[in-house]
Amino acid sequence: MAEKKTLTFAVMDAAYENARTTTALRLMDIAARRGYDINVFAYEGAVTLPFSKQSPHPNAVHGRDADQEDHPLPRKFIAGLMKTAKEKGGKVDWINCGLCVDERGVAEAIEGVRRGSPGDLVKCAQSSDNTLVIGTR
Amino acid sequence: MAKYLLIESRDPFDSNDTGSYQALAGELVKQGHKVTLFLVQNGVLPARPGTKSQGLTDAVKSGVEVLADDFSLRERGIRADKLVAGVKAAPLDVVVDQLVEGRKALFH
Repeated sequence: MAEKKTLTFAVMDAAYENARTTTALRLMDIAARRGYDINVFAYEGAVTLPFSKQSPHPNAVHGRDADQEDHPLPRKFIAGLMKTAKEKGGKVDWINCGLCVDERGVAEAIEGVRRGSPGDLVKCAQSSDNTLVIGTR
Repeated sequence: MAKYLLIESRDPFDSNDTGSYQALAGELVKQGHKVTLFLVQNGVLPARPGTKSQGLTDAVKSGVEVLADDFSLRERGIRADKLVAGVKAAPLDVVVDQLVEGRKALFH
């Protein structure tokens, strides 16, 4: 049996802001499908990614209701990531920077997300096979 | 010899410092290190032969392994068989492979 791998990702971009979020989630998805353990430290705007009150909306311009629009929600992507990791024998430890959460009023996060501090990023990095920091510009 | 993974998400039409990043990759190779420059998002744009491709050509000539995310290429309508000489299309899985390998990784 292959040795269990652990990767840590630090992300900082807010939801719907930059393609870096897509790339980060793609990388996490690959790791999850391999059964790796994944640590995510969400800093600054990235704490909005698992915000549980994200809501789908209709598109009046194109005459589509919310169901037809099927607007993508990052919180659903993250929930799916956690589900995939669990199914493959891994796990996702998603840590939201607590101060960043309070500043933005996004304390309501999906299940599986916990509060932390930059010190947690250090701990995650020390216990991981590698760490990738995906910063903002 | 250390192994590096440099991930480039920015394109030279938008960010002047992409040239410095490509040069960094080349310098690391000259110093005896193994380097992969992985292009993703708009970072794949100079992989299509054009006015801003010289930096990638130089990186390839210096011994840098230059890979372009196949998904990002498809999103932008860039054919994998029409890339700058020496640049190869590759899946994003390569990044995860090299992360677990323990490479020193930077995201730009």
